[in-house]
Amino acid sequence: MTARRLESGGRIDRNQKVTFDWDGKALSGFAGDTLASALMANGETVLGRSFKYHRPRGIMSAGVEESGAIVTVGKDTRREPNVKATMQELYDGLTATGQNAWPNVRFDLGAVNGLFSRFFAAGFYYKTFMGLPPFEWGSGTGLWMQYEKLIRRAAGMGTASRAPDPDHYDHAHGFCDVLVVGAGPAGLNAALTAAEAGRDVLLVEQDFELGGDYLNDPAAEPKRAELVTAVRNAGVHILTRTTAFGLYDDGTAGLLEKVTDHLRNPDPSLPRQRFWTVRAGATILATGALERSIAFENNDRPGVMTAAAARVYLNRYGVLPGTRILIATNNDSAYGTAVDLEAAGAQVTVIDSRAEQNAGTSERVSIQYGLAPLEALGRPNITGVELAADTGNGWKPAGKQGCDLLLISGGWSPVVNLSSHRGAKPAWNAEQACFLPGQTKEPIFHAGSAAGIWPREACETSGVAAAQRATGEAFQTIAPGGWARTIKPVYEVRASDRVSKAFVDFQHDVTGDDIRLAHQEGFVSVEHLKRYTTLGMATDQGRMGNVIGLALMADALGKDIPDVGTTRFRPPYTPVAIGALAGRNVAGHFKALRRTPLHDWNLRHGATMTEAGLWHRPWYFAQDGETIDEAYVREAATVRETVGICDVSSLGKIAVQGPDAAEFLNRVYSNGFAKLPVGKARYGIMLRDDGMVMDDGTTWRLGETDFLTTTTTAHAGKVMVWFEELLQTRWPDLKVHVSSVSDHWAGVSIAGPKSREAISAILQDGTDISNEALPFMGVAGVTLKGNIHALIARISFSGERAYELYVPAGFGEAMMDLLWPSAKALGGCLYGMEALGTLRIEKGHVTGAELDGRVTIDDAGLGKMASTKKAFIGSALRQRPELLRQDRPQLIGIFPKDKSQRFKGGSILCAPDGTSGFGDGWITAVTHSPALGHWIGIGYISGGVEAWRGLPVIASDPTRSGDVEVEIVSPHMVDPEGVRVHG
Amino acid sequence: MIRINCPFCGPRDHSEFTYGGDGSIVYPELEAPREAWHDAVFLRENICGVQLETWQHVHGCRIWLTIERDTLTHEIHSVRPAHPGIAAALHSKEGAGT
Amino acid sequence: MTRFSAWSVIKNGLTGQKGWDRQWRDPEPKPHYDIVIVGGGLHGLATAYYLAANHGLKDIAILEKGWLGGGNAGRNTTIVRSNYARPGNREFYEHSLTLWENLSHELNYNVMFSQRSHISLLHSPGAVDAAARNYNIMRRTGTPDAEIWDLETLKRAVPHLNYSKTARFPIVGAAVQKRAGTARHDAVAWGYARAADARGVDILQQCEVQGIVREGGSVSALQTSRGTIRAGKVAFAVAGSTSRLWTMAGLGKLPIESHLLQAFVSEPLKPLLDQVVVFGIGGAHFYISQSDKGGMVFGGDLDWYKSYSQRGNLPIVQDCAEAAMSILPCLGRVKLLRHWSGLVDMSMDGTHFICKTPLDNLYLNAGWNYGGFKATPASGWYFADLIANDRPHERIRSFDLKRFERGLQIDERGAGPDPKLHG
Repeated sequence: MTARRLESGGRIDRNQKVTFDWDGKALSGFAGDTLASALMANGETVLGRSFKYHRPRGIMSAGVEESGAIVTVGKDTRREPNVKATMQELYDGLTATGQNAWPNVRFDLGAVNGLFSRFFAAGFYYKTFMGLPPFEWGSGTGLWMQYEKLIRRAAGMGTASRAPDPDHYDHAHGFCDVLVVGAGPAGLNAALTAAEAGRDVLLVEQDFELGGDYLNDPAAEPKRAELVTAVRNAGVHILTRTTAFGLYDDGTAGLLEKVTDHLRNPDPSLPRQRFWTVRAGATILATGALERSIAFENNDRPGVMTAAAARVYLNRYGVLPGTRILIATNNDSAYGTAVDLEAAGAQVTVIDSRAEQNAGTSERVSIQYGLAPLEALGRPNITGVELAADTGNGWKPAGKQGCDLLLISGGWSPVVNLSSHRGAKPAWNAEQACFLPGQTKEPIFHAGSAAGIWPREACETSGVAAAQRATGEAFQTIAPGGWARTIKPVYEVRASDRVSKAFVDFQHDVTGDDIRLAHQEGFVSVEHLKRYTTLGMATDQGRMGNVIGLALMADALGKDIPDVGTTRFRPPYTPVAIGALAGRNVAGHFKALRRTPLHDWNLRHGATMTEAGLWHRPWYFAQDGETIDEAYVREAATVRETVGICDVSSLGKIAVQGPDAAEFLNRVYSNGFAKLPVGKARYGIMLRDDGMVMDDGTTWRLGETDFLTTTTTAHAGKVMVWFEELLQTRWPDLKVHVSSVSDHWAGVSIAGPKSREAISAILQDGTDISNEALPFMGVAGVTLKGNIHALIARISFSGERAYELYVPAGFGEAMMDLLWPSAKALGGCLYGMEALGTLRIEKGHVTGAELDGRVTIDDAGLGKMASTKKAFIGSALRQRPELLRQDRPQLIGIFPKDKSQRFKGGSILCAPDGTSGFGDGWITAVTHSPALGHWIGIGYISGGVEAWRGLPVIASDPTRSGDVEVEIVSPHMVDPEGVRVHG
Repeated sequence: MIRINCPFCGPRDHSEFTYGGDGSIVYPELEAPREAWHDAVFLRENICGVQLETWQHVHGCRIWLTIERDTLTHEIHSVRPAHPGIAAALHSKEGAGT
Repeated sequence: MTRFSAWSVIKNGLTGQKGWDRQWRDPEPKPHYDIVIVGGGLHGLATAYYLAANHGLKDIAILEKGWLGGGNAGRNTTIVRSNYARPGNREFYEHSLTLWENLSHELNYNVMFSQRSHISLLHSPGAVDAAARNYNIMRRTGTPDAEIWDLETLKRAVPHLNYSKTARFPIVGAAVQKRAGTARHDAVAWGYARAADARGVDILQQCEVQGIVREGGSVSALQTSRGTIRAGKVAFAVAGSTSRLWTMAGLGKLPIESHLLQAFVSEPLKPLLDQVVVFGIGGAHFYISQSDKGGMVFGGDLDWYKSYSQRGNLPIVQDCAEAAMSILPCLGRVKLLRHWSGLVDMSMDGTHFICKTPLDNLYLNAGWNYGGFKATPASGWYFADLIANDRPHERIRSFDLKRFERGLQIDERGAGPDPKLHG
């Protein structure tokens, strides 16, 4: 291929020279070039290497179907592998490198694979690499994994950056009446027609210019310009550099807009790309058609490309891609290209596989009939072609011709991908030798060559017609086709006595022989064929090869193409950056962090935070270089000695209100709530329908018809949804209203012998919260100094005298600014989740670690709470036999036998002789207990404490700390009589 | 994206909603025998085609909806509030408007 | 059956690949078979193979409405592991893993099972303890390769993850199963098909069951798109169609709901990630590995609504991309090549069924949730055992349809009786 830039012509701006770097070489092009056109103009021919045989590849097309010029663009953290050079706009400073080659694409040692290609037939790797060659001796996976290391190194295409992508991406949402995909002759007319009918129209075009095929025809420029202006004036929303990559349910389309990929120094506030979710009333697909190649020996050589591509490079980019050009065609479409190339100064010969009487003519180029290419000659670049003559019963060699460019037109494939995403099965049209879009009940319409309509005028009319259909008006039906002379299907050219390497799928090096081997081995359905040979699985998704593959399989089977089947296309139409799909929901914005109203206050007071679902909660408040262990032990001890304050704002809080509120709670909770007096709180456990524990928490009766229910932090959302579901779908007769007030309140737990003192000091007007006025489980409304309204409940998770104090969220910090000095003066502390865990483990109180969705209320040691007087959610199914077994694991406490030892959560509990198997129980949580002076744990063991009292037990932790001798004790390890809490 | 026409909020993406489950299940009385609860909780008709199902507009008005939807095509045939009282009120309001 | 080996590959390479036979026959249906397996997916094929290989049975047909291996066999993310901890699941999946380890040799077909480790990232001390419980059980029940790794060990083994202390969910360690990994999904279907066919099993493709003929308490024949086929025993192994066949057999409802699960693959890249990495916290659920071809293969949650459509929607695409970027932020410029979805039969506790049914000669293999691919060998092994002996092997006794009546829920996640939550 001896391409050169012409002095004039094309849509490039010769006044704007652009320099770029290709494999370390400084080259230049012009504004308006693609990377491919600029490389071609610079005479670069070998731009890539194929997947399997590392064959040299050049530019094969001018669009998304490109299978040769696949390169890496950018460097370092902005390196993007697997970019089709045909789709990359050139910009000043662009850096591109070859990939899948060493040392480079022009000289690649990997090409040695080609020498062994006779062994690398389709599916060969399923037949070997299992064991020791030659007879696959051995067992297991060890040898395979050795081979696999080499295979993995050889496979893959480009190399991705190892460092985080420094750019950012956006998500955007759109709505429109009509979405038009593709701004060629059909799409522009469709958009204009729909807009003029008063519809809100969104027109998306993957190219950086509007016009589609108009752009490749200088004579059409006035028409294009006029149409584009009309479309803009009609109020059509236009997105260029935007690909509709997938169609989803109910008219939803996924779009990818490339915002800065064509800019050297983009404004850093701009996203690199934008992922649009568009909901369209109707969708018009004017997505065009792609020219197919033909399989023949060495049809992948640099210098072989589609005929239409040559026209694009000539007319749009002002590059004459060759000087001695042979055009092999089986249809009329290539003749225009021939004329244009000849006019630009090339010597052009057309070989038309059709017989003379059926074929096209041109006065200015030489035409030979009944011929097709049999083999491309020369390497790496093409120097000539061996031709084949149609014998009526196959092909026979018919001499050689020299050329530096071989253009192929094997027919056209409408781009039916998007409607195929919707399950519309493409239908084979034998007359046009292509798949036409399938039928769908959804408002999706095809126009132009996407509908198999070839002449430009007919495409324009079909665009109008599609818009009329989409807007419910009368429309004209345009039949597919439109060439003067019919296409003669030619999919492969080979002489029967010659073994050939004729590529069907270029990227994956799938040959015609591979297709026939698949047939020979019984992989005859299209789904088997593509999986066995990897046909169509490459980054072009079979755009160039699928039809040829199907045709060869049909031929082998002696069937028609539709009988082999059609593959369903999957989104995305063209590959989409994962970063774009993630958008801004990355780094710190991934799963938005939840903060309590006291978050900042906690941080200011020395909190180290920990994950709690989506929340950050204080973990511990280290003083003077304390370790976490020192800190939490001090905090827990302080709570038991004086007083501690802990942020509990993340607990779920639900206002349950209405005349039937008590009845509702009575049905939901396993224990009774109907008779809870006003001004009292009660701990409750709710079960799922299946009788397993769902959640626990306290409910405060604030008034006759007014309850405040608290849930665990983890289940706040789930319980709220559950309440709503029950009230709206199961018990619509109950007059109850629920609303989540979780975010309304800031809450703290104040625990310890001096908790009452600490709170009393901050109450306005000296409100009495003595044991008599506010006994255990009492609830009251109080006013804090500064006239802050608060709710107080005397409830305890720590086993100490304790209160929960809630104020409206906005007053949270004000409360803390009162409370903390008060507690501090009493020798108190702030405490976090770790100390909270210590305190509750000492008391045997359960949390999510124990209530893991697989335990019954009895397992958790709370079976006595479950009412026997009423039915409640879960009361029926908790009576199933397996759930009533006496040997079920039950809640217990764990002490180390030697009190100086520690053990870990997640250890398995077992008898000393039971060190294998499932064991008898497990440890859910551990802590160092300051009250007891040694490590303790909580967990479950079969039969509970009664079954194991006094027996030796091992806490077995083979993955971490090994075995520790322990003893099983009651889970109520500190103050089992509960004296302290009532004090 | 499935688009669900919420009777209160208008057509919205399904990602604003959560799927509940089979809307044809009638949960037994709390006092009902275990067998009745077993069947309601564990067994499903699992229709391929149009089924009655519940969804909640959890990121919207939080109303639970009863929806007839084709599980093969995702096409929605009807949407109404699951709560009969709310559905009736909505219906009478719509009636009054026409 | 031509034995596959390096020798045969070389020989055929030198002789124009002429020596390869069909990998399985395309037989005409016979009017009667002793055993008819409905479903030519992985489980049906494996069942047929083990019926022939382990039990010496010959007169077996597989009925496949489309093409063998055309369903979930080709739509999964190919992960094989046995890190289940509930009794029942534990032994079952461990046995499956041991079968996987020699499967290529057993079938004389390279299923490319690569034991590249399965790594579940952990983000808090509590999560480490919870994982340790399961991995300790694994260690104690025949899985010596179950390990809990600290952060430093993890960093050495898996570079490029987001180890930032300021990450949204900083990583503190990992639960690792070293013998776990990935396999080439299609090859498993073809390998079993070829091996079963070689043992005389008739694989009848394009043969859809359209009616089930019952005689009292048993099935006498199946009406198919290729004629009526009488059967001594009938076995269902039809993910995504189980409820339809069950209804066709007049058996009412099942504890199953069908959902769609998407999967994703990127463009091929030079090696970036050696292991299978799993990430799950804060409502995220994500797993990723790199195929031998170089594509990053990943997936996440169900689409959250019941569906038979095999077409997913964008919210989950977005979720998975977010999770991908969260743990592997270098993937920003890596491009998604394809996404597709499979149809999964979710059960009420996240565990499958391999059991007898209310009909005497009908057997059920169903409800595989997310676990179907890795279960393939053991599923076939025990289902074959059940069919051949007409009684459940001790190891699969808890996989029956009545377990919920008894109060047994084999619930690895503790999610309760909501099928969509068992991903």
